[in-house]
Amino acid sequence: MLEIKNLHAKVEDKEILRGIDLRVNAGEIHAIMGPNGSGKSTLAQVLAGRGEYEVTAGEVTYEGKDLLDMAPEERAREGIFMAFQYPVEIPGVNSAYFLRAGLNEIRKHRGLEELDAMDFLALAREKLKLVEMDEGFLRRPVNEGFSGGEKKRNEIFQMAVLEPRLAVLDETDSGLDIDALKIVSNGVNRLHTPDNGVIVVTHYQRLLNYIVPDYVHVLVKGRIVRSGGKELALALEEKGYEGFEAEAVKA
Amino acid sequence: MQQTVDQKDRYLSAFEGFERRLNGKSASPLHTVRRAAIARFAELGFPTTRDEAWRTTSVAPITKVAFRPATGYDPQGLTAGRLAPFLFEGLACSQLVFVNGYYSPELSSLRALPEGAQAGSLAAILASDPEAVTPHLARHARYQDHAFAALNTAFIQDGAFVRIPKGAVLEDPIHLLFVSTARGEAIASHPRSLIVAEADSRATVIESYVGPDQGVSFTNGVTEVVAGENAVVDHYKVQREAREAFHVATFHAHQGRGSKLSTQSISLGGGLVRNDVVVALDGEDAEAALNGFYLADGRQHVDNHTWIEHVQPYCTSRELYKGILDGESKGVFRGRIFVHPMAHGAGRGQLLVDAIQSNPNLLLSDRAEISTRPQLEIYADDVRCTHGATVGQLDENAIFYLRSRGIGLEEARQVLIKAFADEVLNLIQVEPVRAQLERLVSQKLEAGRRARGAR
Repeated sequence: MLEIKNLHAKVEDKEILRGIDLRVNAGEIHAIMGPNGSGKSTLAQVLAGRGEYEVTAGEVTYEGKDLLDMAPEERAREGIFMAFQYPVEIPGVNSAYFLRAGLNEIRKHRGLEELDAMDFLALAREKLKLVEMDEGFLRRPVNEGFSGGEKKRNEIFQMAVLEPRLAVLDETDSGLDIDALKIVSNGVNRLHTPDNGVIVVTHYQRLLNYIVPDYVHVLVKGRIVRSGGKELALALEEKGYEGFEAEAVKA
Repeated sequence: MQQTVDQKDRYLSAFEGFERRLNGKSASPLHTVRRAAIARFAELGFPTTRDEAWRTTSVAPITKVAFRPATGYDPQGLTAGRLAPFLFEGLACSQLVFVNGYYSPELSSLRALPEGAQAGSLAAILASDPEAVTPHLARHARYQDHAFAALNTAFIQDGAFVRIPKGAVLEDPIHLLFVSTARGEAIASHPRSLIVAEADSRATVIESYVGPDQGVSFTNGVTEVVAGENAVVDHYKVQREAREAFHVATFHAHQGRGSKLSTQSISLGGGLVRNDVVVALDGEDAEAALNGFYLADGRQHVDNHTWIEHVQPYCTSRELYKGILDGESKGVFRGRIFVHPMAHGAGRGQLLVDAIQSNPNLLLSDRAEISTRPQLEIYADDVRCTHGATVGQLDENAIFYLRSRGIGLEEARQVLIKAFADEVLNLIQVEPVRAQLERLVSQKLEAGRRARGAR
């Protein structure tokens, strides 16, 4: 469903991605691991379409279409969802309004009928249970005054409502205590089906105890230096990134 | 200075004409005030950008027009139908209509008022019972250092008079609708209003300044509010004059012990607009909330000057003014908080002054401008005075977040602009007024969006 070839990207003249190749098929969970500054969040942002990153080379094909040619909202409507590392607080915009507006844009794009406020509420209530969130969340402004854990749960809740085909979780584990981590992971696992793909971007192996990946890729200095199965994450946990950084220098 | 001499003379000779028409009534104590005010205006002249309080607002365009002063009630062909767009749908209220500053009995409609309460024409009360007015009228709004307030005071003749007696509760709001006409003639009006809320009373008063005609007009209003001990007054001012209109207004509230005043100023219309809002907290435990919202586009110029005086201890003031500027519009905000020296005595172990001020602005165009300036003058200890002003564009992170959930770019922008406005519009407690303003703001934003798209 997603094929990344030789992707190069820079921000403010600093090259961050230096030739990424990655293929994600439906039903697969891929973990992208790497030290700080390796470019793993940049990869997530480029996939979501953030404008500050300039793609200088390479291509990304999603469901046979040129992903890089699409505006962020088109990507969302086509089924891509990014769970933000730092979810944005939007004072004055009600969470329910925000999410229903997004959902209805996606539904329109898929040729489905828009949901009215009542139907949306019924759906939202169902999905809130998945991340053990209170209905009161819907009445609050988007992320405003939310704790770190609440923000991350809110991301997964949004993912549950929007039902993406490809979810990119950008350091969803950062800043979470173990209980919140379990809730978030459980939510992701329950949403994972043979039809959708998940890319988990993380610094730590910890999250992968709960969301078990099919593939692990080690990203260092803008390149994937090693790919393997879930055991690769365990090796990383033991030895750290140092050895791989040396590999990156050689490469 | 030389330039404005002729223009000043025009108003001085208009005053002479006004005096002649007063006939025998020029012996009243009020007329002594008028004379003092015109004398002060003669000294001050119109302000120039060399005057500190007018540094960023030039009134030269006003002084260049030879306005005819409105001299009495003339309905100018206005009908209830033409005023309909300026009413608040679904609002049960007493409605006092003024045409170019003069009370219109046929366009006004009064609902039942609490016993002893009065709402009507200032001219009528000046004629029938001047004693009811003189203790307050022109006692509060300072004209000594404000040429426009001086001019208004010199020409005091009509406007609204509202009095809520001790302990009375006004159930339905009073809507004061000031209509400026421009039917082929440039008219200057000086509406003067006085609202007296006696001890323990409650009232909601809405002032609307509107212009149904396209064309030049000049409204120079002054409204004084006197809030007695523990009175609760909610005041709204909605300015929807024509694009070519000049609008200058002074609002002055004087608050007694334990009183609560909220005043919200919403400025959507007019070409050149200046609001002065002055609140004196002159009794312990008084609370004031000053809110404002301005939305300007095209070549509109909107200036809001606020001045909160903490005279007595243990008072609270909260101020939130928000502005959205599009096109080539210009906004000015100056928020002055003046804390008088206060005797400590034994004290209550409580802050003497608790004042928070904030002025966030949103610029939607590269050519729009805002000049914002807080000014704190503090002559007492144990005070908390904070202020914050921001000027910014829409938050790119928030736009991206909305888009990443499927919401289109233009829709995302509108959602954020709307949310910015809603924070202050949601403070309006009278639901039909809030709903109407939300519609008006959305319409104006939508027109602005279309104009941007067309460029």
